[in-house]
Amino acid sequence: MTARRLETGGRIDRSRELTVKFDGKSLPAHPGDTLASALLAGGQQMVGRSFKYHRPRGVVAAGVEEPNALVHLRSGDRHEPNAQATMVEAFDGLTSTPQNVWPSLQFDVGAVNGLLSRFLGAGFYYKTFIGPFSGTKYWMFCERFIRRAAGMGRAPTLPDPDHYEKINAFCDVLIVGAGPAGISAALAAGRKGDNVFLVEQDRDLGGSLLSEPLGAPSDAWLAQARAELDGLPNVRVLTRTTAFGAYDCEVFGLLERVQDHVLAPEEGKPRQRYWVVRAKRAVLATGAIERPMVFAGNDVPGVMLTSAVRSYLNRYAVLAGERIVISTNNDSAYPAAIEFAKAGARVTICDLRAEAPTQFVDSAKKAGIDLRPGHAVLKVSGGKGVKAAHVVRIGPGGKIKGNATRIACDLVTGSGGWAPALHLWSQRFGKPQFNEELDAFLPPAEKGTFSCVGSLIGSPSLRDTLSQGHEAGGAVGKEPALFGHADHWGRNLVPLTVIAKVNGRTPGKAFVDFQHDVKLADIDQAHLEGYISVEHLKRYTTSGMAADQGKTSNLNALARMAELRGLPIPSVGTTTFRPPYTPVTIGAVVGHDHGLNFRPTRLTTIHGWHQDNGAVMIETGAWLRPWYYPAKREDINDAYIREAAHVREHVGIVDVSTLGKIAVQGPDAAEFLNRIYVNGFKTLPIGRLRYGIMLREDGFVFDDGATTRLGDHDYFMTTTTANAANVLARAEYLLQTAWRNLNVHVTSVSDQWCAIAIAGPKSRALLTALTGAELSNEALPNNHFANVTIAGVSCRLHRMSFSGELAYELYIPAKRGRQIWEALMAAGEPFNLKPYGLEAMGALRIEKGHITGSEIEGRTTLKDLGLEGFASSKKPFIGSVLRKRPVLEDPARPSLVGLEIVGDTSTRAGSLLYALSAPTKGHGEGWVSSVTYSPALKKNIAMALLSRGPERHGETIQVVDFVGGQSWLAKVVSHHFFDPEGKRQNG
Amino acid sequence: MLRIPCPVCGLRDETEFSYGADATVRLPDMNEADPKVWHDYVFIRDNPRGPHKEYWHHVSGCRQWIVVHRDTLTHEIFGSALAREVAA
Ligand SMILES: [Zn+2]
Repeated sequence: MTARRLETGGRIDRSRELTVKFDGKSLPAHPGDTLASALLAGGQQMVGRSFKYHRPRGVVAAGVEEPNALVHLRSGDRHEPNAQATMVEAFDGLTSTPQNVWPSLQFDVGAVNGLLSRFLGAGFYYKTFIGPFSGTKYWMFCERFIRRAAGMGRAPTLPDPDHYEKINAFCDVLIVGAGPAGISAALAAGRKGDNVFLVEQDRDLGGSLLSEPLGAPSDAWLAQARAELDGLPNVRVLTRTTAFGAYDCEVFGLLERVQDHVLAPEEGKPRQRYWVVRAKRAVLATGAIERPMVFAGNDVPGVMLTSAVRSYLNRYAVLAGERIVISTNNDSAYPAAIEFAKAGARVTICDLRAEAPTQFVDSAKKAGIDLRPGHAVLKVSGGKGVKAAHVVRIGPGGKIKGNATRIACDLVTGSGGWAPALHLWSQRFGKPQFNEELDAFLPPAEKGTFSCVGSLIGSPSLRDTLSQGHEAGGAVGKEPALFGHADHWGRNLVPLTVIAKVNGRTPGKAFVDFQHDVKLADIDQAHLEGYISVEHLKRYTTSGMAADQGKTSNLNALARMAELRGLPIPSVGTTTFRPPYTPVTIGAVVGHDHGLNFRPTRLTTIHGWHQDNGAVMIETGAWLRPWYYPAKREDINDAYIREAAHVREHVGIVDVSTLGKIAVQGPDAAEFLNRIYVNGFKTLPIGRLRYGIMLREDGFVFDDGATTRLGDHDYFMTTTTANAANVLARAEYLLQTAWRNLNVHVTSVSDQWCAIAIAGPKSRALLTALTGAELSNEALPNNHFANVTIAGVSCRLHRMSFSGELAYELYIPAKRGRQIWEALMAAGEPFNLKPYGLEAMGALRIEKGHITGSEIEGRTTLKDLGLEGFASSKKPFIGSVLRKRPVLEDPARPSLVGLEIVGDTSTRAGSLLYALSAPTKGHGEGWVSSVTYSPALKKNIAMALLSRGPERHGETIQVVDFVGGQSWLAKVVSHHFFDPEGKRQNG
Repeated sequence: MLRIPCPVCGLRDETEFSYGADATVRLPDMNEADPKVWHDYVFIRDNPRGPHKEYWHHVSGCRQWIVVHRDTLTHEIFGSALAREVAA
């Protein structure tokens, strides 16, 4: 192929020169070029190697359907794989490198795969995975070999330096595709006053009109239409934007490539923008993609789509070959061929129909075209570039006759008809109807709120296309009238794209799916092996499963399958397209939602103090909580052990603001609580609080927490941090559905209240000194609360203990949290008050045998957790019936125990438990739920769920951590390790 | 993504809601002691192909539970109402 840039013509800005690089070579280009047009203009015929066989490949298409010309773009942290050269705008300084080549594009070791091709055919992966080779050395060899040799581009390894943003939008009508149909629709809808989005993946509006020769009548119309659209404030035109997904309820995903066409994004601009658009209706004007012809050597660089060669000629002023052979089955190749000839190429048209179309014969002959009706290209010869086309006669029924004639040439183009770009329609509605005349699947013009217009529905002429767009837009204003070239869209098509020998074979590899290297023979083999479903065929051969989703291959694969099965195409079926239409970068999907912005981070109102005082923080759900407060040179173990021991000896405070807090109010509040807690709440007096447990309806434990009665109809519930949202949602559900006769209102007050736990033998003395309140055991016994004032702030002091020490929880209006914390710290100095973090809190509660989310993990019952005594027998409650299911009453179920670990290392949560003499195989007899070092016991301890656990106190068992590859011996004990009588908390 | 009409807030994105439950089943009376009744309530569901009634929670909106009339095949939504007004 000796492609060259013509002296004149094209829609490029010749006044400016720029340089793009490919494979280290500098190529001149102009604004308006794509990387592909610059490659062709620079004579770079071979642009990469194929996925499996590493065959030389060149540019095939001029648009989004390009299967071959995938390149790496840029370098370093902006390295990007699998960019389609046809979709990359040329800019000064653009660097690109070929993919799938090693060590170089010209000499590639992986090409040896081509020699092994008979092993790499259809179903290769399946056969080696599940067949006799599975797990063998042969498979291991193959896997290593294939993974190294096959594959697409190299993934980036460095963090992306650019920003991506997300945007939400609404509109009356979303128009996808700004070719003649889409523009016509946008004009009509815009004039009507609709809020219009016109979305175009190209940098320019115009679609197929941009491939008309410069100066065509459509140029004037296009300029006028653009000007009118610019003047309509209710029309938003998004270029460089792909509508990649059509979702339920008319929601669309768009990807706007804001700054992909420059070397690096301008300051403050995102690289790409991810739109979610909610439309009232949609007009799809997405056009059609030309079908390649299938013949031996149809992947040799220099075999292209006729329409693409026309685009390169008219839009980019690049004549892709000097000696061109066209193989066509319809009229659409003729106008293109005539333009090629006028541009200086020698052209042969092989038309596999017996007669050439009369309206073109004269002009074709006048242009010096060698016209060969009843002929087709059987084979192309050449390695890294086309050398010759081998042309044969085609008889009735598509059978070849006689021997092939060799025509030396440098470019072969195929015109196999058109495949409407119905992807968005199919994403939304599934399978379209087949149109036999056009040999294509076509969506209907109207379905639901969708209108389809133009080439997408096989519009026969430009005039019709404009008219359809005008109607779909709302038919306001003058209907555009233009005649042109697209008047021959697929006319008089003979549905034949495969040119093979009489025995059905091709004289050499003929490709159906270029990007995934799927040959015609692979389809045949799949058929031989009994595959009949098109969905199975697709997965077995991987045809249509590459990044291009088979834009150029689906119909040809399907047609071959239909032929082999002797069925019409619609009987074989078609696959349903899924989003995205073209690949969407992960960066755009993520937007700013990464790192700490992945979701909102919740901070307590005391957070600043924790930070100022050297706390190490830990994420718990959305919250950041103090984990431990290391003194000099302390690690986490030193710190938490010191903090926990300090609480038992003196007094400590911990920020527990993350607890869920729900105001439960109304005359039926007591009845409501009585139904959702397993224990009774009707008798709870004002001024007192009670620990309660909730079950799910299936009888498993749901959550626990304390509820305080503030007034007659006024309760204050706390939940675990993790379940705060679930408990509230559940309460709202019950109160708004089955229990709507209950007069109760539930309101989240989690953010309104800050909470601090004060624990330790000196806590009462500290609080008495700080509040001046009477806090003796008689005045404020355990499970009571008092209103107190600290630093002028009214707070509520709940006496309750999670640590097992004499302890209180102080509830403070949220904004005063830090102020009160600091007041506590100041007043605590004489009492040796220290803050403690989540790790020490965990150690204290494990010593005490209190459960948390590690034990309430969805699979445990009251009985499993030794909490059956809480369940009231006097009333029904949620879960009261199903918790008694025989399977949940099985005494062999794992039940809560304590473990004292033998030796001085700690075990790990998740370790499995086995009897002393049992083999450590299978799931064991239970698992470890929580572990800590106990400063009070001076031992490593754990909580665990062990089959028949409570009967086994005293037994020594094995604890095995299969993840860390460690095992221990442990003694089974009661999980109430420390102060089981509760003397300290009640004292 | 679905767009769900909330009787209070209007047409909103699915992401503001969370799916709750099949709205055609009813919580047994609290005094119901027959495990079979509770078992069926918790575990037995039809799997209709076509129009269906579902509870959704407008969890990032007005926090109302609503009954959404939705086609499980086409995802078409026919309408919605406050659960407190129409619940089974
Ligand atoms: Zn709402």
